Amino acid sequence: MPAPIRLRELIRTIRTARTQAEEREMIQKECAAIRSSFREEDNTYRCRNVAKLLYMHMLGYPAHFGQLECLKLIASQKFTDKRIGYLGAMLLLDERQDVHLLMTNCIKNDLNHSTQYVQGLALCTLGCMGSSEMCRDLAGEVEKLLKTSNSYLRKKAALCAVHVIRKVPELMEMFLPATKNLLNEKNHGVLHTSVVLLTEMCERSPDMLAHFRKVRQLSSSQLVPQLVRILKNLIMSGYSPEHDVSGISDPFLQVRILRLLRILGRNDDDSSEAMNDILAQVATNTETSKNVGNAILYETVLTIMDIKSESGLRVLAINILGRFLLNNDKNIRYVALTSLLKTVQTDHNAVQRHRSTIVDCLKDLDVSIKRRAMELSFALVNGNNVRGMMKELLYFLDSCEPEFKADCASGIFLAAEKYAPSKRWHIDTIMRVLTTAGSYVRDDAVPNLIQLITNSVEMHAYTVQRLYKAVLGDYSQQPLVQVASWCIGEYGDLLVSGQCEEEEPIQVTEDEVLDILESVLISNMSASVTRGYALTAIMKLSTRFTCTVNRIKKVVSIYGSSIDVELQQRAVEYNALFKKYDHMRPALLERMPVMEKVTTNGPTEIVQTNGETEPAVLETKPPPSGLQPASQANDLLDLLGGSDITPVIPTAPTSKPASAGGELLDLLGDLNLTGSPVSAPAPQIPQPPFLLDGLPSQPLFNDTAAGIPSITAYNKNGLKIDFTFERSNTNPSVTVITIQASNSTELDMTDFVFQAAVPKTFQLQLLSPSSSVIPAFNSGTITQVIKVLNPQKQQLRMRIKLTYNHKGSAMQDLAEVNNFPPQSWQ
Amino acid sequence: MIKFFLMVNKQGQTRLSRYYEHVEIKKRTMLEAEVIKNCLSRSKDQCSFIEYKDFKLVYRQYAALFVVVGIDHTENEMAVYELIHNFVEVLDKYFSRVSELDVSFSTSENHL
Repeated sequence: MPAPIRLRELIRTIRTARTQAEEREMIQKECAAIRSSFREEDNTYRCRNVAKLLYMHMLGYPAHFGQLECLKLIASQKFTDKRIGYLGAMLLLDERQDVHLLMTNCIKNDLNHSTQYVQGLALCTLGCMGSSEMCRDLAGEVEKLLKTSNSYLRKKAALCAVHVIRKVPELMEMFLPATKNLLNEKNHGVLHTSVVLLTEMCERSPDMLAHFRKVRQLSSSQLVPQLVRILKNLIMSGYSPEHDVSGISDPFLQVRILRLLRILGRNDDDSSEAMNDILAQVATNTETSKNVGNAILYETVLTIMDIKSESGLRVLAINILGRFLLNNDKNIRYVALTSLLKTVQTDHNAVQRHRSTIVDCLKDLDVSIKRRAMELSFALVNGNNVRGMMKELLYFLDSCEPEFKADCASGIFLAAEKYAPSKRWHIDTIMRVLTTAGSYVRDDAVPNLIQLITNSVEMHAYTVQRLYKAVLGDYSQQPLVQVASWCIGEYGDLLVSGQCEEEEPIQVTEDEVLDILESVLISNMSASVTRGYALTAIMKLSTRFTCTVNRIKKVVSIYGSSIDVELQQRAVEYNALFKKYDHMRPALLERMPVMEKVTTNGPTEIVQTNGETEPAVLETKPPPSGLQPASQANDLLDLLGGSDITPVIPTAPTSKPASAGGELLDLLGDLNLTGSPVSAPAPQIPQPPFLLDGLPSQPLFNDTAAGIPSITAYNKNGLKIDFTFERSNTNPSVTVITIQASNSTELDMTDFVFQAAVPKTFQLQLLSPSSSVIPAFNSGTITQVIKVLNPQKQQLRMRIKLTYNHKGSAMQDLAEVNNFPPQSWQ
Repeated sequence: MIKFFLMVNKQGQTRLSRYYEHVEIKKRTMLEAEVIKNCLSRSKDQCSFIEYKDFKLVYRQYAALFVVVGIDHTENEMAVYELIHNFVEVLDKYFSRVSELDVSFSTSENHL
């Protein structure tokens, strides 16, 4: 068997390979040779083979078969063997392999070896890949070595101790006594590693931290003054060749000490006080011409920010950061921006001073710097500077890379929401964002924007005009088109009538508006959602516009056979509106009410059904009365949309009868209702239950209506009221009661009003009744839906009040309903 | 904490690699390729710190060789930058005018 080739030759051969395949071939051949050599148990060349194996491992080829060989090398007596063996162990083995435990004994012996280099090797390996079992076994040895006088060994032992502590935190106590003398060394290597050890201890355990901070008997053993003294020596001492890096002595040690000081001083007044002087000294004395100096200054600034320093020091730190920002070197600017981001929460005013420089950084070429500058700019926006900042940010949005656009757009929206000086400005800003970065905008921006627009009532005309102009030019940006079509649908009449105070009114005819909406529908660029918006908008315009109703009818009927199921469904239903339910159309398509402002904690709070948001809470708040029926019916219209049914029950802003029900919540006995005059519009209210009936059943409620028995709640004087129950599948504390009122007398009952009250632990919501006339002889009924929220699952009780006109006289009755079946509320 | 220390040349060949956290072999090559791609795409006057996944890369170019160190957020980036330079200076002293070949051929010395 010829002698295996040397590592150098292997490397040379591999370098001659021209393709990846050739290289792989060579390596496989060599691996085979190595494997057979291992099998032969050849001692002399083992080290060479393992070295080659390590090289191949570095290139990325599997080398696990060499692990056992490494162990054998470690066990041999030759130093070169040991060296390669330990190196191999460090690279190839880790605690996932079981083989590593075999090393423990070898390491133990080597830790007690006579040659310091061997000891050093063992310490290195243990510190690199020791598992917790190994660490436990060998911690005693390491601790002994920590106390030797040999500085070469001491520093390695300190690093090994760091690793041991990381693996087995309980052993920290063991190393404590040894640390006492560590800082008294002259050797920088030992100093450095001991500072690392102390840092690790302090970071891991708050007890250790307290221990190190407190004043001890001998003043010389206080940690903070010791560190301060060392640092002082470093700065003050003259040129020392072995520690010098570009004119500063041992910057690495300085940085480490500063970090340890930071940990010691955090949240601790005494230590912070002791450090103030030295920090000021470092900050002023360090040279900033070289990168090294800047590195130290950076660490100093971080430390000043973290500890409880006095304000003068903090101002000094921020000024240093400001100087960094003006520096030409990109690295330094990046570092400054990062630290400013960290401190902007606490020292807001100081950072504001540098605002202009930060904004300039937005224009920098470097990606990392731009990102940091953008984040920092958003943090700095406040009420005073919002206009200027927004201008800069919008300009940035125009020119930045796509990966930033989404974040920038959402940031701008948030800032605009918080600090908008006027509604018009707000709307302008949002429109600008939509036109420049429309396709990167987040999905919930559209409903938010719509909500904002409805809330700014006086701006409707202006908004719709601007949106119209924007879409006229270009309808490829989906969010923009969605918002625009929604607005045009809602406020198209304002657009056509040309009343706009803020801007020059433009002359638009109804046909032109319809042209635009139709082109959106037809265009290939429109997403399915956008088309839905456009179709709904066209439909709404049928009530707002006067002369083009036929055209609208035509459009809607065309889409009744569209391939897109969503569009088809909508079109078919709108068609039905034109034909069968034409009397309902105006009421259904009335203006949307002002929407509740829901906190934008997350998109899940807002239920989005075709862009019309509804608050996802069951609480009832009374908005203007005439609009409830329309909006409530609108919600049901959206229920027709089918595909966006959400698990949350879409509760409309409720009608006045329900608000009266809300007032009733507190009045159990006294049913002094203010409901009667308000219920006058009730007769004109379209009939939601009909629409629901005409549809394929929605899977909102489980159909165990049969499962829960219905009850007769009231039966007197010919008036019978039945309750039927449904429980919601998705929300078990909601019960839906449908009441049916029938009249068995010979005369009709007119102006029938049903009111109900429930105990305080419940919440009640009354939807509008189907009509207010109960025809005689049981020939017809009034239906009304009641929703009861019963979070505590208490027994359902209800008090009802009925008012109606019968035989020419007004009748009123109170009754209590107690016979609710248990399934309705459990 | 330093996660890894790499020396990769412009063609993407790794000359030295030391990982201080466990990363599987296949992932290592992928990681190295991606990292070098990021570094190569930077121009000379861009800053040396790149944010990559959830940690930072500090890189420095010496002729045709890139030294890349992966660190997490607790480390001082500028200190690591200096460390890279210090390391290269040490190599320089050891090999007297180090070149890429020296780095590739003496892996064991480099590691230790």
